[in-house]
Amino acid sequence: MAKKPTFSKEIANLLYASHGNPIVSCIQCGTCSGTCPVAEYMDHSPRRLIAMINADLKEEVLESNTFWFCASCYHCTVRCPSGIDIAELMYAVKRYSIWKHQYKEGLVGPVFSETFVKTIFRSGRSYEPILAPSYIFSRGVRKMFEEAHTATNLMLKGRIPVLPSRIERIENLQRVIGRIIPTGGSS
Amino acid sequence: MKQYALYPGCSLEKIAQSYRVSAIETSRAMGVELKEIDDWNCCGATAYFHVDELLSYTLVARNLAIAEKENLDFVAPCSACYKNAYFTKKYLNQDPELAEHINYALEEDNLHFTGNIAVKHLIEVFVQDLGVEQIRDKVSNPLEGLRVAPYYGCQIVRPRKDHEDVEEPQFFEDLISAMGAEPVDYPNKVRCCGGSLIITSRVAALSLVRVLLQSAVDSNAMVIATACPLCQVNLECYQEQVNQEFGTEYSIPILYFTQILGLSLGIPAKRLGIGTELVSTKEVLTYAQKKENDL
Repeated sequence: MAKKPTFSKEIANLLYASHGNPIVSCIQCGTCSGTCPVAEYMDHSPRRLIAMINADLKEEVLESNTFWFCASCYHCTVRCPSGIDIAELMYAVKRYSIWKHQYKEGLVGPVFSETFVKTIFRSGRSYEPILAPSYIFSRGVRKMFEEAHTATNLMLKGRIPVLPSRIERIENLQRVIGRIIPTGGSS
Repeated sequence: MKQYALYPGCSLEKIAQSYRVSAIETSRAMGVELKEIDDWNCCGATAYFHVDELLSYTLVARNLAIAEKENLDFVAPCSACYKNAYFTKKYLNQDPELAEHINYALEEDNLHFTGNIAVKHLIEVFVQDLGVEQIRDKVSNPLEGLRVAPYYGCQIVRPRKDHEDVEEPQFFEDLISAMGAEPVDYPNKVRCCGGSLIITSRVAALSLVRVLLQSAVDSNAMVIATACPLCQVNLECYQEQVNQEFGTEYSIPILYFTQILGLSLGIPAKRLGIGTELVSTKEVLTYAQKKENDL
């Protein structure tokens, strides 16, 4: 029987579209951590996360908020002296985490991403008011009021849609998607 | 009149409609027509790529295939839409098997991706295709004395596409100079605004916005110019929440580069969607109206 791939191999395999160098070529210089604008909010810095992946510390990696706090700004990617596409690596770990349904409790990122994907499947376009309820309640009353205040101001300026936008050929789009992944029968 | 296929993206439908109208107005003034792509769908933003890569490329490829039917270059005013379209086209062109797989799916909508049109960000249409010289010639209302901080954000310049300068780009400054305004030199012009972190990791995102606002204010900028709806919304609509969170008192207007450019081309503010901001743009407008009063 074939040997089960290690965690680091699994993550490396998820990077098939990335043109960067393999993560094993990381020299642990820390340029990514020094560059990352969100590093101070992460459980582990990007440099440390890469070391943890290379050491197959799967549970610890998936339990961290690091990759969910990546804003995809690609600053680390353009600076990495080893040519690793670190931002794409963060995407790969996000996908792995969603695929395995294993992520740190209380994180908004995975819920938001899944709601977003469902919204696109239903209407073809994103729609802020549908997306809002999925995450807003997790924030506590004060934050909710602040968010509602901002939303009300935007609504008064005519900047929030009242009705969701829907593309005309949505059924075609759903069949297109159905040829890529199982979508639960015809819609 | 030169034509482009405009891919507005979801944000420009409502929250950034001022970007849409000002993009169309300023392009027209420069002799360019932006023709909206028929029945386009969401590009997947960043959230879609968190779930499935192949599906994300398929979403983007559908829009590219629709634009190809018109044989017009694809233009996205949103940096995230632009990045997704640029790299999807690149990867599909490099990997015929990937393209074949996605084309099999696109058959369901009678579409076929060939990858034969260029993908551009709206600001590239102005600074590369039209050129700063041509813009300077058309500026009838130079915004003398207006100090504008060019905010590049991330995905126009990153990831690297070719041999462009990803650390110290200058094209935005050149564009602002062409408008007769003064580009402000400040250290964080390519630093991230947080993107969709505002939804998923609020405090982290607010702190990123704070850094940018502070750095622009420290350099005496009167307005920040953006080229992306996500950047505009984060910097402007969340300014009040930044003030509440950190006890600051920022009140700096954030406009799309097309709005400021439009003013310098003599287009009335209202036709550029100015007036729907949460932070007042009154002071900026005095620089545009000065000329009218002098006449």
